[in-house]
Amino acid sequence: MRFTRPAYIHQRAARADEVADSSMVSARVSGRKGKGGGLVIRFESVSKKYPDGTLAVDRLELVAPSGEITVLVGPSGCGKTTSLRMINRMIEPTSGRIWLDDRDTATVPTHELRRGIGYVIQHAGLFPHRTVLDNITTVPELLGRDKKETRRRALELMERVGLPAHFAKRYPAQLSGGQQQRVGVARALAADPPVMLMDEPFSAVDPVVRAQLQNEFLRLQGELGKTIVFVTHDIDEAIKLGDRVAVLQVGGHLAQLAPPAELLSDPSDAFVAGFVGRDRGYRALGFAEAGRLPVRKEHAVRLGGGLGEARDAAEDGWVLVTDAEDRPQGWLRTDRLPEAALPGPVTAQELNLGGTLAPETATLREALDSALSSPSGRGVIVDGAGRLLGTVTASEVLTRIEQQRVADGRPPARDAGLDAETDVGRDDGEGGEVV
Amino acid sequence: MPSPVSPHVSPGVAPRVLPPVAPLAQDSSPLGMFGYFNDHRDEVLNWLWYHTWLSAVPVVAGLLIALPLGWVARRYRWTYPPLVTAAGLLYTIPSIALFVAMPDILGTQILDPINVAVALTVYSVALLVRVVADGLGAVPDDVAQAATAMGLTRRQRLLKVELPLAVPVIAAGVRVAVVANVSLVAVAGTIGVPNLGQLFTTGFQLSVGSPYYPPITLGIVLCVLLALALDLLVVGGTWLATPWRRAVSGS
Repeated sequence: MRFTRPAYIHQRAARADEVADSSMVSARVSGRKGKGGGLVIRFESVSKKYPDGTLAVDRLELVAPSGEITVLVGPSGCGKTTSLRMINRMIEPTSGRIWLDDRDTATVPTHELRRGIGYVIQHAGLFPHRTVLDNITTVPELLGRDKKETRRRALELMERVGLPAHFAKRYPAQLSGGQQQRVGVARALAADPPVMLMDEPFSAVDPVVRAQLQNEFLRLQGELGKTIVFVTHDIDEAIKLGDRVAVLQVGGHLAQLAPPAELLSDPSDAFVAGFVGRDRGYRALGFAEAGRLPVRKEHAVRLGGGLGEARDAAEDGWVLVTDAEDRPQGWLRTDRLPEAALPGPVTAQELNLGGTLAPETATLREALDSALSSPSGRGVIVDGAGRLLGTVTASEVLTRIEQQRVADGRPPARDAGLDAETDVGRDDGEGGEVV
Repeated sequence: MPSPVSPHVSPGVAPRVLPPVAPLAQDSSPLGMFGYFNDHRDEVLNWLWYHTWLSAVPVVAGLLIALPLGWVARRYRWTYPPLVTAAGLLYTIPSIALFVAMPDILGTQILDPINVAVALTVYSVALLVRVVADGLGAVPDDVAQAATAMGLTRRQRLLKVELPLAVPVIAAGVRVAVVANVSLVAVAGTIGVPNLGQLFTTGFQLSVGSPYYPPITLGIVLCVLLALALDLLVVGGTWLATPWRRAVSGS
């Protein structure tokens, strides 16, 4: 970790290491500290009733473990944002307590509490009159930290969240929505708070940027290990980002709290089952490692090679084309090539770019998607550097799914009619599109 | 260049020349204002100087009073309707009545410029209370929310976020107040307070039989130029105080 932490956090972390078990149960019982970089957040029978009688949150019991992402998800009016804002007391609970480790948040002055909690919202909420750098240094400045050091760290943070250094002097209005949200994340992290609250931070950007921000957020969290509470209405986002997902029902009832894979495979009631959606079987594949798939050798041709040679190498009318470094570039259809074109070279314009690539460490979902999206029916598997390893077919992936079901002690599905029409190619994980 | 009429008067001292005594410019058309200005240069410049101060100082004073009032109207929502309405009603008091009443209220001499300054401050407050209240409220919701969530105290939020963001709105109000003051000061001239308004009284007095335009036209032109200059000053100050607004259209 490159950030220097306040001394009290070092001490806390050291003590936490001595506490071997920081599971949710022990945290709930003892109020002990977790072992990640953050604090444990604990809701103790928290309710929020508005003056008009609306019960927004109903006796919520919830633990957000240290160093993990806990996602609150649910339909509008389920009290997820209310619950989030009660943590930093932007909304005061009507009853119950919220603990940050062993501190009751109600006993801490609000501005002091909030300066120790990073907060990211939908439209970033950047100060339009302050430069990117000044926005990022807001909280360290409030805390009276050294100006030069704060500035240096802000620039380092900008690099970390993927913003070029020359953006420092720009104003928020000069940035795109995605860039603003990166600044928002940097600003929330600037004082290195152990806890981060995120309220639909990626909802206002387009799907491509959103996926990008989500992936970078996960990478960042991998390095920082903050305790994060993340609110979203999007179950896909919840499943992608959450270490644990809390599904809330209208009226502020906690319907289920579980790791995403469990939520998909074993929803606790009809509401949760309905909310996680009808393609949950397919989505659950995203949590199952494909393991060693039977990758078959694929005869690929190079970009710029002869079309005649490509036709001879083709299988079922399609041949995979790679660049000089063996990286797949796309598929070429050879059974319709006019005879006269054969002496010519293979050019990028003729390639079909439809297939997704699955890494060798792919989940079953990535492997299946690669096969289903490929025009040749053969899903391309690549190594860590993006070089071609071979191909795999959908039926081979299905066989692997069946094997795993048996290994898990569940009966094999009689008909593997998977619902594959859902956003094929949306999951841009580590694979990425064939470009 | 000293006036050809009074070559002995040292520069900087206003000549005590009364219009009917001084030889009048031959041209009584509006264009005669140039000749009139040349003949009465020191006196007119003296009036312009007074006029400038009487227009500008009350806006500054009014803004200083309107800032806390506007903040109160914003902070305690229930005070907004009465405060803004009361401020608006102040503007309906006829200016001449206020100028005449001020000496009684303040215990000053009838022609003391302080009367005009205080009266115009009242008008500036009337215009600016609402502007300040609305300006402070113009902070976008997500920005206000982020400020609170980051642990800014109420005071820090006001000084670091709400006030800077309100500058464009408040500046727009100040522009109106400044220009309105330039014309209101002229009204005070008609009761004898030294400023460009006296040019109109003079023109009226000299219009015996046929209209005598030069001082009237000169008064109008100088008032407009003064209003333009003060307005430009406010615009320039706003430009300097809001680099973030320029950035939006730039790059």
